[in-house]
Amino acid sequence: MPLFEEGLVRLKKKIHNKEIKASDLVDEAYARIGEVDGKVKAFLTLNEEAARDEARTIDEKGTADDALLLGMPIGIKDNLVTKGLRTTCASQILENYDPIFDATVIEKVKAQKAITIGKLNMDEFAMGSSTENSSMAITHNPWDLERVPGGSSGGSAASVAAGEVLFALGTDTGGSIRQPSAFCGVVGMKPTYGRVSRYGVVAFASSLDQVGTITRTVEDNAFLLETIAGLDPHDSTSADVKVPHYSAALTGDIKGLRVAVPKEYLGEGIDESVKDKIKAAIRQLEALGAVCEEVSLPHSKYAVPTYYILASSEASANLARFDGVRYGVRADSNDLIEMYKKSRSEGFGDEVKRRVMLGTFALSSGYYDAYYKKAQQVRTLIKQDFEKVLENHDIIVGPTTPTTAFKIGEKVDDPLTMYANDLLTIPVNLAGIPAISLPCGLADGLPVGLQMIGRPFGEKTLYRAAHAYEQTAGFKLAPAIKGAND
Amino acid sequence: MSRISEEQVKYVAHLARLSFSEEEIKTFTTQLDEIIGFAEQLNELDTEGIEPTTHVLDMYNVMRDDVVEPSLPREEALKNAPVQEDGQVKVPLIMEAD
Repeated sequence: MPLFEEGLVRLKKKIHNKEIKASDLVDEAYARIGEVDGKVKAFLTLNEEAARDEARTIDEKGTADDALLLGMPIGIKDNLVTKGLRTTCASQILENYDPIFDATVIEKVKAQKAITIGKLNMDEFAMGSSTENSSMAITHNPWDLERVPGGSSGGSAASVAAGEVLFALGTDTGGSIRQPSAFCGVVGMKPTYGRVSRYGVVAFASSLDQVGTITRTVEDNAFLLETIAGLDPHDSTSADVKVPHYSAALTGDIKGLRVAVPKEYLGEGIDESVKDKIKAAIRQLEALGAVCEEVSLPHSKYAVPTYYILASSEASANLARFDGVRYGVRADSNDLIEMYKKSRSEGFGDEVKRRVMLGTFALSSGYYDAYYKKAQQVRTLIKQDFEKVLENHDIIVGPTTPTTAFKIGEKVDDPLTMYANDLLTIPVNLAGIPAISLPCGLADGLPVGLQMIGRPFGEKTLYRAAHAYEQTAGFKLAPAIKGAND
Repeated sequence: MSRISEEQVKYVAHLARLSFSEEEIKTFTTQLDEIIGFAEQLNELDTEGIEPTTHVLDMYNVMRDDVVEPSLPREEALKNAPVQEDGQVKVPLIMEAD
């Protein structure tokens, strides 16, 4: 049995008892990458030499170390800057970018002695829902190689599902952790806005972006979030709220938990096979003692257009920094403006250009009130919908995605259809609240994600509910992908 | 009726410091028009008097004492600059010489 299937707690115990070494875990990561990554293509850059050195250091120094993630192999989405390890955002414009500092979340996982295995593929600048917008590689879903892994953290979710790493970090602006986690049958947490520092995250939409965690189990997820959360002097939007011991919340007891089920999340546009699995999961929660009640989030259908206006507007400002001057690729021209235009036009892919154009339009003189301000007002209405429901309920439950993983090439040429895939995840980012996606079974052989949405800084309750469900769900998910030696 | 013209798309492209071929302008005009049309469903909602949300958290100024902290060495700061000369980034001429 692969070591990674045992999970963090047992692996750490084995290291402490000298049954295994950190090097064994790193060996398993690279062996598995060697076997399957030619098919999955989750990784853009490997950190093999440094990772093996770090593992050896841990092995030599002895195992009395109580670091939270001692020796655990982690994969990093390629929009989190890693000192001395190429960080591309899967964009040609950053194809040669060699960061001079570590993102705060990287410092934190390093301080707890996790070992970085490599950098993971994504939609360019995190703009997309299938990882097909990467300018570097197409990542394949380990459950069915003809299908997308979801996106934008597609490499992160695929690498965890394929057993290449124990866990991974991703970012979520409109569903970019939860949607690929759902498609790949793993556990993905988008924390409350401000829960995790954004310092060293290449910015897409600053009022929505949040770093989060992708793991095989809810327990591993709780430990990983515990590691990366907290106030950071380098990010003035990080929240001064104490980080609880999430792992201590996993009691298995959800008796009396008040669960809201929005009728909009089980309505039009959601596949029947997905609905069936979600309804079964809701019955399971009821059997565990939760009290489920149907509610309404009436502005849900406006979330996708609101998001595309706001996220694109913020992106058009954030991506202005890519001008071929301080970093990235520069095109040749004797004229400054032409140099900017050429560098950006050659360096950005179509979806990035589309969003920069949309955002620039929405912010331009004469259109600002009609589009940008209007969307900000609708954002208030969407946020209020959640506030009302969460006054009387502990969590909200529904599907993470309207369908299971779609085929590579199926939606890539139709931006609006692609955007619609995010209708269940986007509202959460607009409201700034936390949500977790966890597997709740298979539909036609593909994983279905159950989404649980919580109150601001209510991650603890989400972990408790998700863990209670996971422990009693009665199935274990593993993709069918076989390596050369299987 | 189209909501955005090719001329507008060219103007926005200039603001965004992007350049496109004529063919790309046509494609972007069609696609942006569709996306903007999609966004116009927000007009179904009466938002008169609704406060816009710019940020979900209560924002406040984060202050610290004004003390000197280590800064980046020049060679680090220039490490990723594609064109440089004499320890500075180099850009095309931005002012006409007399």
